[in-house]
Amino acid sequence: MTHTNILESHALDVEAIRKDFPILSTHVHGYPLVYLDNAATTQKPESVLHAMDDYYHTINSNVHRGVHHLSQLATEAYEGARQKIADFINARHNHEIIYTRGTTESINLIAACFGRKFLKPGDSILVSAVEHHSNIVPWQMICEEREASLKVIPVDDNGELILDDLEQLLNGVKLVAFNYVSNSLGGINPVEAIVTAAHRRGIPVLLDAAQAVQHMEVDVQKLDVEFLAFSSHKLYGPTGIGVLYGKEEWLNQLPPYQGGGEMIKTVTFEKTTYNDLPYKFEAGTPDMAGAIGLAAAIDYVLGLGIRNIARAEHDLMHYALETLKDIDGFRLIGKHEAQRRAGVISFLIGDIHPFDMGEILDKQGVAVRTGHHCAQPVMDRYCIPGTVRASLAVYNNRQDIDRLATGIRKAAKMLS
Amino acid sequence: MTIQKTQDEIIADFELFGDWMDKYEYIIQLGKELPLIDDKYKTEENLIKGCQSRVWLHADYREGKLFFTADSDAVITKGLVSLVIKVLSGHTPKDIVDADLYFVDAIGLSSHLSPTRSNGLLSMLKQIKLYALAYQTKSVGS
Repeated sequence: MTHTNILESHALDVEAIRKDFPILSTHVHGYPLVYLDNAATTQKPESVLHAMDDYYHTINSNVHRGVHHLSQLATEAYEGARQKIADFINARHNHEIIYTRGTTESINLIAACFGRKFLKPGDSILVSAVEHHSNIVPWQMICEEREASLKVIPVDDNGELILDDLEQLLNGVKLVAFNYVSNSLGGINPVEAIVTAAHRRGIPVLLDAAQAVQHMEVDVQKLDVEFLAFSSHKLYGPTGIGVLYGKEEWLNQLPPYQGGGEMIKTVTFEKTTYNDLPYKFEAGTPDMAGAIGLAAAIDYVLGLGIRNIARAEHDLMHYALETLKDIDGFRLIGKHEAQRRAGVISFLIGDIHPFDMGEILDKQGVAVRTGHHCAQPVMDRYCIPGTVRASLAVYNNRQDIDRLATGIRKAAKMLS
Repeated sequence: MTIQKTQDEIIADFELFGDWMDKYEYIIQLGKELPLIDDKYKTEENLIKGCQSRVWLHADYREGKLFFTADSDAVITKGLVSLVIKVLSGHTPKDIVDADLYFVDAIGLSSHLSPTRSNGLLSMLKQIKLYALAYQTKSVGS
């Protein structure tokens, strides 16, 4: 399937989609489950569960190494999944797709390998003020090791990145790393402006797309980023597997990440020569079942159409913002409107602690996230202990939002 | 009253509640009513940082017994904190070290003591036990 084929347009039947996700019929504390913690992880459709089960039942075998029949079938399925991922994000080559354990490992891989090769004392890495800890800490670690520093693109009161001083910030920067969509605020960040400014100076960019790929079209050639990271489990796929995309010319310049099997060409005690892309970065037996599950998840998303998903979620987001803003004391953290937002609504109700709100919502069968969402600097920026975060997926409907609103009102009454 | 007796009384109180709302409303009420700690003790030093809510704990040792005061910025946590203090405060370090807090499970709030919940209550309990252990060692030593 080519990239353009996946963009066809039709309205989604959310009620039919809900039936694809067995877990959505669960009851929690006696109430039908309302699952609004999708930015943490999405639920899995039957087709993904079946693909993984089928893999273990029929073709389980170690990939690449065996000449036997099962190993060849497993290798075909595993490498087929790589091709599917490459098509999904429109990579030029399938060897630009590196399997990792998730977004976090993808970023750690680039931080470690890029840092070792290119970062010198006095250099800087530039991140934004709305990053997940996964896109802060790996850079801090390598900066400390290389005597480099971390710089930050600031954010305004509304959650918008401030690009006024970007040119100055880029001085001495060796790589820019930021997220497409903030996991704590939900705003879509100005990727094009930042990439253009960085490229004007020949600075490569890593885009954390963990909160983007499940909500909107992501085309690495259009975005023109050097590196891009995302996780399977937020894209309706299994946990434990993720993707690092890198432009071939950049990946080829980097040293390997971990040593072991698969990533070598020849080994003697004197000298090891490394394998070609993508295997250079894939030491050890990989997560075959995970890759096959992820491919099934991509098939599922493509079957619905990513633009259709985006449209349905934007409609629901609009409905949610309209519904929630009528609640007494509702404070939206990050003011992006529905069209410039993907998946996440972060909020507080008056002075109620987010933890208290989350617990009373849970008692009513409504699953949200509370706390700092692994983005403590964002909470510090707004001087709040954390937020309540409701996050949407394609299977959420207006009843879910109504149940959330009712739950919030009940909790607010009990807590204030 | 012994640690066990106080726990049994709390369990008996909670058995009267018809549903989760009554139970939580009671805990929230406890959290709201009790000014648990003198503001001068709400220091960075006394702060037990949990992932979701903050808890302050202050210990006083008088005549062989440990007295605790505490506070939290989340009202449900604060309610539970007040129950834990009601159970453990005013006892000897040895009794506190040996105490088994079965009441939290019995009133259906054991999730608050799961390490993944990290709401400060579990860390507070650990800190209480640490204080008790320190004073126990001290009193044995002297």
